[in-house]
Amino acid sequence: MAVQKLPLARALNESLRRALETDPKVVLMGEDVGKLGGVFRVTDGLQKDFGEDRVIDTPLAESGIVGTAIGLALRGYRPVVEIQFDGFVFPAYDQIVTQLAKMHARALGKVKLPVVIRIPYGGGIGAVEHHSESPEALFAHVAGLKVVSPSNSSDAYWMMQQAIQSDDPVIFFEPKRRYWDKAEVDTEAIPGPLHAARVVREGARVTLAAYGPMVKVCLEAAAAAEEEGISLEVVDLRSLSPIDFGTVQRSVERTGRLVVVHEAPVFLGAGAEVAARITERCFYHLEAPVLRVGGYHTPYPPARLEEEYLPGLDRVLDAVDRALAY
Amino acid sequence: MTVDSTAARKPRKRTGAKKPPGGKPDPDLVQLLTPEGRRVTPSRTARSARTSRTEGAPAPQEFAEYVADITAEDLRGLYRDMVLTRRFDTEATALQRQGELGLWASLLGQEAAQIGSGRATRDDDYVFPTYREHGVAWCRGVDPTNLLGMFRGVNNGGWDPTANNFHLYTIVIGSQALHATGYAMGVAMDGADSAVIAYFGDGASSQGDVAEAFTFAAVYNAPVVFFCQNNQWAISEPTDRQTRVPLYQRAQGYGFPGVRVDGNDVLACLAVTRWALERARRGEGPTLIEAFTYRMGAHTTSDDPTRYRASEEREAWEAKDPIARLRAHLESEHHTDEGFFAELETESEALGRRVREAVRAMPDPEHLAIFEHAYADGHALVDEERAQFAAYQASFSDSTDTTATEGSR
Repeated sequence: MAVQKLPLARALNESLRRALETDPKVVLMGEDVGKLGGVFRVTDGLQKDFGEDRVIDTPLAESGIVGTAIGLALRGYRPVVEIQFDGFVFPAYDQIVTQLAKMHARALGKVKLPVVIRIPYGGGIGAVEHHSESPEALFAHVAGLKVVSPSNSSDAYWMMQQAIQSDDPVIFFEPKRRYWDKAEVDTEAIPGPLHAARVVREGARVTLAAYGPMVKVCLEAAAAAEEEGISLEVVDLRSLSPIDFGTVQRSVERTGRLVVVHEAPVFLGAGAEVAARITERCFYHLEAPVLRVGGYHTPYPPARLEEEYLPGLDRVLDAVDRALAY
Repeated sequence: MTVDSTAARKPRKRTGAKKPPGGKPDPDLVQLLTPEGRRVTPSRTARSARTSRTEGAPAPQEFAEYVADITAEDLRGLYRDMVLTRRFDTEATALQRQGELGLWASLLGQEAAQIGSGRATRDDDYVFPTYREHGVAWCRGVDPTNLLGMFRGVNNGGWDPTANNFHLYTIVIGSQALHATGYAMGVAMDGADSAVIAYFGDGASSQGDVAEAFTFAAVYNAPVVFFCQNNQWAISEPTDRQTRVPLYQRAQGYGFPGVRVDGNDVLACLAVTRWALERARRGEGPTLIEAFTYRMGAHTTSDDPTRYRASEEREAWEAKDPIARLRAHLESEHHTDEGFFAELETESEALGRRVREAVRAMPDPEHLAIFEHAYADGHALVDEERAQFAAYQASFSDSTDTTATEGSR
């Protein structure tokens, strides 16, 4: 198929299909991933084509899903697990943090845990409570895990391929409100490294760093700013553990200003780490303090308030204005 | 409904409050050797085992068939296993007292449960222990000195789980029941005829992960045996703080058989575990075994059981000691001579000495080991921090006084 325009969810589906085809050890597990094809249809049609042993509908128990995935990995399988929604991952948090993240080190490298945990995350779809959260920092803080989040269909396709090939556990955060956004996917391309950030728009005055669903918001902000004659650079971080600070650093060395944007609460979020590291690396290049735009230190609000809570174009541009005012 | 009204409706009744001195009498158990070391007759077995198993478990006399092939030499082998395991355990406790280990979790009293079940496993079976399964490790061929690294603090596991199909010790209670179940699901998907056994205790039976493991194992018909050593105490909490039904009966609610076996009877543990593993191999799914035993020592070397249990209770269980029981049997059946016990004593002392010397010689890991194996494929941040740490360490290298480097740790 080579180059196709696909919605992000469909790109993931194609990527999972390819993994199931090429590696007999890949199995998909989760609630409703089989017959239904997942509540977002990311696994649509895969059980029909690969059978119930490869695409496994599980009991409704997240710790059980991740715990048994660990056992399957020890047996030589490469499980790709779906957690149905961001807010449902916490029953599995113990297995992820205590077992999955540490087992390779505890065995002094004698066992590998190639488990991918897919988590549709973030808000903006008018959902009920526990369906709109951004818990990525809680995972990026844990040594032994790798954490990534694609922002577009092409990355979704290729980063999923790379995550499944990784011998380390990968928490794969899928920007659920971008599931329906279409973009070109070249299935014969040679992808860049999984954990490399990418400059997705070049600019001169301020660097915007984002990942997942906020990359689109930042690109829109950059387009709006351009009309006012302000040139913004946008960096898609793509990976939160590890974070490619070098790409951000090189950008900030040119622009002198950085705004980090995510849906997750600002307090102790990924933006705090980026701000600290970039301040250390770019101290003499910075014209303004690194600013952050994100969620508040509150529970995720009811859907009718989420537009106020989520960083939108105006809040990003307000931060740009504040950075430029120094 | 208010909380108060609920409380009024259900007055708290402590059914377990009236304990006879020296502990409660044993419930019905599958037993093949009495505490006095006599083989149990089929009729007595039939009587005793009526209430020690759920639907789907065989009649008790059938369990005897699972050890019908056991010879006098095999019995001596089981005895040797238990004696050497206890000797190793005693040495480890002593090493902790001498400051060589930071902590030790003794298996004292649980030798029969562990050796009986451990000897039932085949080489290609896979074992998921908690952190007290030193006897099972022995059966799997794990060098006992390997078990001590984590208790000395030189590693957090340190043996190759794939070398003996014996997974690392799991400290967070009950987590490994799920790993065992997932592994067993993989065994079934591979079409292999091996089985998996998960060890845990009465305390772990309260963990959600154990309940989820039962669910997953049942719905996927996974070839896994859940071996619960009910040693009566979860640190200070007696089993009646974990459950109001006998633990083996939990299996019934999940749709697989459960059996309660005398955990101090090595022969019965061997028989029941062989049966359960064979079921698993035949594709008949999971089994729960409750091995009714007693933690004769403290929870760990940091624990003080005198704060929560009476010494009479331990004394009552000493009369059911798993090693003394098999010795009485061996002697009454004339399966041994004095030479056997004397030789074993020598072997036992040699093991103690070897363990002692190995632990004392166990070096501290290199400083940079902190960064090893955090990731299989590497991680940019860990690489950066390792380089920073190495540079920091190297900054002391000009000093002729090596203690400066030591002090910087």
